[in-house]
Amino acid sequence: MFFQDTTPDTSGYMIAGFAIAFILMALYVASIYLRNRNLQQDMTLLEEMDKPAQPIEIPQPKKGPAKSTNNNKSAKPVTKKSRQ
Amino acid sequence: MQSKPLVLKILDVVSIILLSISTYLALIYAPTELVMGNVQRVFYFHIGTAWTALLGFILAALFSVAYLITKDMKWDRLQVAAIEVSLVFFLITIVLGSIWARPAWNTWWTWDPRLTTAAVTELIYVAYFMLRQGIDEPEKRARFGAVYALVGGLSAPITFFAIRLFRTIHPVVIGGTNPAADGGFSMTPRMLTAFFFALFTFTIIFVDLFWNRIRLGDLQEKVEQLKLKVTM
Repeated sequence: MFFQDTTPDTSGYMIAGFAIAFILMALYVASIYLRNRNLQQDMTLLEEMDKPAQPIEIPQPKKGPAKSTNNNKSAKPVTKKSRQ
Repeated sequence: MQSKPLVLKILDVVSIILLSISTYLALIYAPTELVMGNVQRVFYFHIGTAWTALLGFILAALFSVAYLITKDMKWDRLQVAAIEVSLVFFLITIVLGSIWARPAWNTWWTWDPRLTTAAVTELIYVAYFMLRQGIDEPEKRARFGAVYALVGGLSAPITFFAIRLFRTIHPVVIGGTNPAADGGFSMTPRMLTAFFFALFTFTIIFVDLFWNRIRLGDLQEKVEQLKLKVTM
């Protein structure tokens, strides 16, 4: 390289160098952003868990046929007869 | 979670602007070096990242001393932040150097004193994070980390002075008189502008990333404390 008359074309190496430098920096910035976001989500969740438990309000029973809240469709519907 | 301070937001934007200007100066403003051609342009980023990385490793050693004296975990978080950002910057330095070496020295890598000390420095700090991962107790982790970073910090000046103390083919561009160096060059005023601007830019980017990483460390600490509180 140092006994030549013309300047060599080393543009490919230059492009590769700058591309890798930018990619590495972008990856690091992305890693900081993602870690920060995950920690903030953890923080929110932990703060929710840390709150003192609220008293549970028991709904008043309504008159008339009660709607079944059972999600299991295979189970028999609850009737007056079956309760007895 | 506290929102980002305004100064840090401004610093984020300034870093991007400076990086864009520095890229322009390196790619367009600075003239093409006659012997090496365009690949010489990676030199500006190579030196910029190397300077900040070595500075970061030395800073981390100083934070280690502060931690060992005060036992304040704040210094541990600063130390981790400095080492992590420096590790990324030094990886960029090594990769750019290797890319430059291929056309200049006709090889991607050679076990020259500078390249060897640089590789050892990078590996020392990779091992630093492996060491920390292996210790669960925070106090013990911080103490071991501080001692390791303090000893590891010696590798930064050794790497810096390797090209001035040993016979090496790595060029010393600033104040270099090494006859064995291969690939050195004299800088024109435009090259000097691009060079010093890159140094300034990477210093600002380092400060910005360092600050962001410290905030991440603080948040990590808060989450750990809250986890303990919730599980107890």
